[in-house]
Amino acid sequence: MNKKQKKVLIRIIIAFVLLVLLRFLPVDGYLRMALYMIPYLVIGYDILKKAFKGIMNRQVFDENFLMAVATIGAIALGDYQEGTAVMLFYQIGELFQSYAVGKSRRNISELMDIRPDYANIQQDGKLEKVDPDEVEIGTIIVVQPGEKIPIDGMIEEGNSTLNTSALTGESLPRDAKVGDEVISGCINMTGVLKIRTTKEFGESTVSKILDLVENSSSKKSRSENFISKFAKYYTPAVCYSALALAIIPPFCRMLFMGLSPEWGDWIYRALTFLVISCPCALVISIPLSFFAGIGGASNQGVLVKGSNYLETLSQTKIVVFDKTGTMTKGVFEVSGIHHNEMEDAKLLEYAAYAECSSSHPISKSLQKAYGRPIDRSRVTDIEEISGNGVIAKVDGVSVAAGNAKLMNRLGIAYKECHHVGTVVHMAVDGKYAGHILISDIIKPHAKEAIENLKKAGITRTVMLTGDGKKVAESVAADLGIGEVHSELLPADKVSRVEELLANKSEKEKLAFVGDGINDAPVLSRADIGIAMGALGSDAAIEAADVVLMDDDPLKIGKAIRIAKKCMRIVYENIYFAIGVKLICLILGALGIANMWIAIFADVGVMVLAVLNAIRTLFVKNL
Amino acid sequence: MKKTYKIDVDCANCANKMEDAAKNTAGVKDATVNFMTLKMIVEFEDGQEPKAVMQEVLKNCKKVEDDCEIFL
Repeated sequence: MNKKQKKVLIRIIIAFVLLVLLRFLPVDGYLRMALYMIPYLVIGYDILKKAFKGIMNRQVFDENFLMAVATIGAIALGDYQEGTAVMLFYQIGELFQSYAVGKSRRNISELMDIRPDYANIQQDGKLEKVDPDEVEIGTIIVVQPGEKIPIDGMIEEGNSTLNTSALTGESLPRDAKVGDEVISGCINMTGVLKIRTTKEFGESTVSKILDLVENSSSKKSRSENFISKFAKYYTPAVCYSALALAIIPPFCRMLFMGLSPEWGDWIYRALTFLVISCPCALVISIPLSFFAGIGGASNQGVLVKGSNYLETLSQTKIVVFDKTGTMTKGVFEVSGIHHNEMEDAKLLEYAAYAECSSSHPISKSLQKAYGRPIDRSRVTDIEEISGNGVIAKVDGVSVAAGNAKLMNRLGIAYKECHHVGTVVHMAVDGKYAGHILISDIIKPHAKEAIENLKKAGITRTVMLTGDGKKVAESVAADLGIGEVHSELLPADKVSRVEELLANKSEKEKLAFVGDGINDAPVLSRADIGIAMGALGSDAAIEAADVVLMDDDPLKIGKAIRIAKKCMRIVYENIYFAIGVKLICLILGALGIANMWIAIFADVGVMVLAVLNAIRTLFVKNL
Repeated sequence: MKKTYKIDVDCANCANKMEDAAKNTAGVKDATVNFMTLKMIVEFEDGQEPKAVMQEVLKNCKKVEDDCEIFL
């Protein structure tokens, strides 16, 4: 609690004690009123002061003014105890609200706090701590175990494992060795690392992310705008109804029904209205829910750029994916070796050696699958036949590696592969030796991710890709994606998405998920653009509305579930707060609800709504 | 031009009122107040001097909510 809050707390305690004492004090008349004025002023003097200032500034519907009128009115009617108690509970409510908001503000900022405080620079054999802002590109910084990497860079010396959980929400540590690019915000766990910085602090990943998170709040959602509009009309409306309630029924009774006007009773009912007129519960709980939702999501490696996006995300019914890099790893790997007589490893060795001088992605993946350093002296007579493949002598044995054309050219009978991917046929010593299948690997969680999405209420899944039809359809079938469009140029993807946008209803939102590489136009065209694997990709962070920090497709469903939970709580709060207030207004008008119930409608609802809003923070197990 | 200012205010409704007051200040194109992050983002109209405009914004905010502060 800060100083201001402590002061209020002390005032609350004093006023409460006095109020209890006064209840048992046998005094009457003006003395009783005078005595009640002590706790009333102790607890309410600042409200009265603010109300007065509000009148001076012509802010009549200020809640201080309303509370002042309601309580002074109650006291004037002789309900000293109620008048004071209403003020007391109002202050308790305000204190709770300010405490809860302050607390969640701190909690959420802590969740998002990945800002490194310093960078270590080695100078004259000693480590010196400097402000990361002052470190220039190309400086060597030292990161000790347990410290955060302050600036993006490349490892010059040392091996370690990195904990990226602050960035990605993923707790599995990542290995880092000399030559690896590392990003700021990761925590170095085991060894001392010397890193040559490749960016300035302001351009580093951690700064970009912080910037994004801190400014995430500038775009307000429809619900938030609805509430601030509602608040604008609600208070005056209730106040005018209070005025009408105080005047019209008594006059009617007097003029038309010939009854006694009962001014006191009707004015009391009108004052009850004023107590309920404050829109606090709504106005505080809605932004708090969104704030907590965005905070909780960012802790899970899902960065949402504004509460409006959280809202749109929750209404998503159609998800469009990019294939490469989103559903598949985007790197080619050997996925099978077929029809071979010799051992897999031996065939792979021949292939890797034959292709050793080529820098084609296929050769790279062969060499990677072989996994051992290549001894170039074992390869002679390399002949590359463009568009066909390679013929070479490995350990003196002639090896041919290439496509079907190469086999035809050499007059060797080969077997077609019925799997999808790129096929490298192998002939060793003039005889067919089988083929190696190379394909883009589907991400481990991709299938599960699609199932998850369907469970989360997504009705339509579409995959767009620049790849060939056969590959695209096989991936879509494997994953259970309903619709697939292949052989698209980047511009075609935009028009496909536009087509989908035009054919859906306004209420169903369309999300596009891509890896941010050459799909920035689509990301911005969709109702909501989700970029994944965005660590280190500035373009993706810029273009997308939701950024998934790692490249796990399961996070798509998670983001949607977080959004849904957040929106559910937002609506719960809206309906609950407005509902309770309306009921209390009706009961108040009928004379059933007294000021005690009114103060519950105000403070109690606010407390419950705030507690409910804080639930949005807990999204870990969604 | 957009600028972000730190603010201090106690209640969410007051933050909304500040937003309105700031929006209606001459020289301000748009303004957003975020109660949770206690920040005011002001977009100025072209050719306006932010310092002078912000003095007016502060004055107008003080009118609707006496107990607020904008750290200029």
